[in-house]
Amino acid sequence: MNATRNDAYTGIAVLATVVLALALVPLLAEKFYVQFFAKILIMGIFAMSLDLLLGYTGLVSFGHAAFYGTAGYALALVTPQYQAASFWTSFPLAIAASGLMALLIGFFVVRMHGIYFIMVTLAFAQMLFFLFYDTKIGGGNDGIYIDVRPVAKIGDWQPFNLDNFAHVYYLVLVLFVAVYLLLRVVLASPFGRVLAGIKANEHRMKSLGYATFRYKLVCFVLAGATAGVAGYLAAVQFGVVNPEMMGWHLSGAVMMMVILGGMGTLRGPILGAAVWMLLELWFQDLTKHWHLLMGGFIVLTSLLLPNGLLGLIAGLRRRAGGRHD
Amino acid sequence: MDFNTFLIQLLNGVQYGLLLFLVSSGLTLVFGIMGIINVAHGSFYMIGAYLAWSLAGVTGSFWTALPLAIVMSVLIGLLLEWLVVRWLYNRDLLYQVLCTYGLILVFEEVRSVLWGDDVRSLPVPELLNRSIPLTDTLSYPVYRLGISVVCLAVALGLYFVIQKTRLGMTIRAGASNRDMVQSLGINIQLVYRVVFAAGITLAAFAGMIAAPVSAVAPGMGNHVLIICFVVVVIGGLGSVKGALIASLLIGLVDTFGKVLHLEVGGLKLLPELSSMTVYVLMAVILLWRPEGLFGKKL
Repeated sequence: MNATRNDAYTGIAVLATVVLALALVPLLAEKFYVQFFAKILIMGIFAMSLDLLLGYTGLVSFGHAAFYGTAGYALALVTPQYQAASFWTSFPLAIAASGLMALLIGFFVVRMHGIYFIMVTLAFAQMLFFLFYDTKIGGGNDGIYIDVRPVAKIGDWQPFNLDNFAHVYYLVLVLFVAVYLLLRVVLASPFGRVLAGIKANEHRMKSLGYATFRYKLVCFVLAGATAGVAGYLAAVQFGVVNPEMMGWHLSGAVMMMVILGGMGTLRGPILGAAVWMLLELWFQDLTKHWHLLMGGFIVLTSLLLPNGLLGLIAGLRRRAGGRHD
Repeated sequence: MDFNTFLIQLLNGVQYGLLLFLVSSGLTLVFGIMGIINVAHGSFYMIGAYLAWSLAGVTGSFWTALPLAIVMSVLIGLLLEWLVVRWLYNRDLLYQVLCTYGLILVFEEVRSVLWGDDVRSLPVPELLNRSIPLTDTLSYPVYRLGISVVCLAVALGLYFVIQKTRLGMTIRAGASNRDMVQSLGINIQLVYRVVFAAGITLAAFAGMIAAPVSAVAPGMGNHVLIICFVVVVIGGLGSVKGALIASLLIGLVDTFGKVLHLEVGGLKLLPELSSMTVYVLMAVILLWRPEGLFGKKL
């Protein structure tokens, strides 16, 4: 009991230190790096949302980018041309759009298992991709530019200005911490325990009387809406949305981030996102054919590091300490 | 739509469907028998097309290029099974998906290094470069009919090998109980290697024969892969018969979705949303039969 309480205190201390360090970034770094850090945090939110499905509930979604893209498009579509949308309306609207999309797709997919789930999530995400790619709804394959970023005015008071890259960074950081804490609470709740039960043995949960379909659907919607937070922030930061935001390469990449860090822990996907983005930056610098390195890296990681970096660290620590637990 | 146009579209749909069957049968075989989900399956469709294009350029003849490309695909398959896939047999689906997803990136980039990023085209081979006249103004190319015939022949051959030969018996036994087959003294590892090579060669072969009628282009495998997933989901995983029926269904729905005009209450649905028809079909079938048309009950 005491040990867990100590662990909790250490956890809070680590979290506070990390957040504090991250808060200092805009004071110390140039614009490029601040935006790069923001991108890592955005991907961290996205990866955490997928981990809810992948690591905690055992639902291997290969179409998670669909919900990331939905929120981005929602912002682009409610932004009037040459004018700004309001942050206070467009943000909840975008999250709701992602959540609704997840409800719609989830209604079909969460009744599937294993390999079917993988293929069907990919297929539906791709359907959405083609909807935006082939039709004029969202500007076709060029996507939509968000010329004017959302304005966060309450009356005449403007708490932050999204044209300022540092303000965008802090908004991302605040939402990142909020998402982390929210997911922590959700996972520690009875609802989260049911999800863990579904991952371990869905049949048993069913025979215990849990309507697992509903639990999985709620989890899918929550993960979709959280991915929407990331998608909205990405649209704000980059000022453009395009079908690639829903493409399966992004779905594959985010899955990779979760595994790379270590799934079933919220810290893992965050670490995975950071390492992945840094690798991408480094590989792009090395060669024009950086996808080759990326692909090779994915193959090797999936074969050699099934528990991700956190699993590797834990294993090394055990070996060093000679503990056998 | 008059009868002749309908007939042409029907033939196109069947031809597209049969081609899909070649690719998806490989996917469903590898999963049904080895329990491996190969997301990179579509890449072999692309590799096949590029092999055919490049070898035809080197040898000067499509007909010499074809057997060479087939042999090379088999070799690539054997090598890949030995190098990567055999480590995935006892792994969770998640790692199989991830690992083979990594392979897609590798294959796309190798393609870019070897053959560049331009869209290529391969002329229809001389021997089959003619058309059958349907009316005074309409005709149908013989090569497309040829594709359908070849695909049907492969389907029959596949059925024969799996159901009627000793190898097929071993494969089916290996699918239902790997350890038992192994302890009966059969080298199941070798059987798996052969099945994997055969599976990806089916996809590569589809790419080869499709090359003269479609553009040989980067990323051409990705679209095919996803449609194959739809085929396999509709047909039922591991069922070759299901793959055949679902492929034909998708081929026809996709083809007619592009030429029919449909408006509901002033809202133009077809052909504007034609790229979504197959997914809608999938959604409907999933509601009705979650395990697919010929799949085992979940």
